[in-house]
Amino acid sequence: MSMADDVTAHPEGEPTITEGVTPDRTWPLYEVFVRGKRGLNHVHVGSLHAPDDHMALHNARNLYTRRNEGVSIWVVRADAITASSPDEKDPFFSPSADKVYRHPTFYAIPEDVPHL
Amino acid sequence: MDRDEQELAEAFDATVAAEGRIEPRDWMPEGYRKTLIRQIAQHAHSEIIGMQPEGNWILRAPSLRRKAILLAKVQDEAGHGLYLYSATETLGVDRTELTEKLIDSRQKYSSIFNYPTLTFADIGVIGWLVDGAAICNQVPLCRSSYGPYARAMVRICKEESFHQRQGFELLMTLMAGTDAQREMVQDAVDRWWWPSLMMFGPADGDSPNTQQSMAWRIKRHTNDELRQRYVDMTVPQAAALGVTLPDPELRWNDERRAHDFGAIDWDEFTAVVKGAGPCNAQRLAHRRAAHEGGQWVRDAASAYAAKQQTRRQEGEVAA
Ligand SMILES: [Fe+2]
Ligand SMILES: [Fe+2]
Repeated sequence: MSMADDVTAHPEGEPTITEGVTPDRTWPLYEVFVRGKRGLNHVHVGSLHAPDDHMALHNARNLYTRRNEGVSIWVVRADAITASSPDEKDPFFSPSADKVYRHPTFYAIPEDVPHL
Repeated sequence: MDRDEQELAEAFDATVAAEGRIEPRDWMPEGYRKTLIRQIAQHAHSEIIGMQPEGNWILRAPSLRRKAILLAKVQDEAGHGLYLYSATETLGVDRTELTEKLIDSRQKYSSIFNYPTLTFADIGVIGWLVDGAAICNQVPLCRSSYGPYARAMVRICKEESFHQRQGFELLMTLMAGTDAQREMVQDAVDRWWWPSLMMFGPADGDSPNTQQSMAWRIKRHTNDELRQRYVDMTVPQAAALGVTLPDPELRWNDERRAHDFGAIDWDEFTAVVKGAGPCNAQRLAHRRAAHEGGQWVRDAASAYAAKQQTRRQEGEVAA
């Protein structure tokens, strides 16, 4: 694909990478859907820009599932849907499990300190 | 306003009045859209610029534990910025354009991030006071009338609790240490308390947009209401920590069932908003350098995507 193919999706973008122009203006928008846990539907959580499906999925994992918020992600560009494969689940999601300090309950605060 | 638009406006008003949510494809008044873009973009920029004062201490954190926590926190702030840029894009603006406006000083960010982080105690105080003030501002925004903004705020608020508690715990640890460590905490509190109060924005009398924003239910409380709530929440926390909030006029008012507190230096606030704070120039220069220095990464990602695409197409032809 030449970058020019993106022009239809993003008519305001520049067709090629020229100096001073940030390519992510021409990167397509992906909508991100996360399955919170087995038994639940994928739910729309937001969007991001990425140069291709693969990077969209990777960035969606970093952006939307830093705390075990999901077991599966779909990124959808235009009429295409891409889901993370179940085989990838472990390496794809495990880094968040070992960072317990990202959760407020990791911090012992005395009972009598209010509103914290 | 023609008849159709009149009907659309009535439907919009009725939705807002009934505590319904406005969604991206709905009709909305132009002023509503513009106010949201300005407010959400300013909020997004604050999250992004807000990484700098704390990022300043990642390499100098005193232990691996503190370093990992600080990294996770700063990464969260990047995430908050991106959730919010994503919300603004539903209003028809482009994230890249917003970044350009930020680094060209055409859009603002919270003045709090124009103050320097001088010691590691500042990291604790930022978590406690600055994230604490942010929580106070943001919890009501989870009920903001614009759906994508409200949903981004729900996500953000869940993560902010970790930010505040790690800060408070850091300060408790320092307070249990040496006299020098306790002095370091008090010094940081003395420097951050007043700027934290300024995070709620101008006094109600000087905040002309508040009434319209509240009518549209973009905002749910006035600046002064939120500031009062914050003071009342923070006073007992300061007592538990054993620090003094640097305001001789701060005291409980039994009649008002709230704390009285001293006058804010609005001249300082205005000066910092206008660019004369201790770190304004540095923050923007750093943001610009990060954006421009990251250009090769974006170029490489685009080139890689284009190459993969070509390979796939060639593979299809061969097959
Ligand atoms: Fe944040
Ligand atoms: Fe935060």
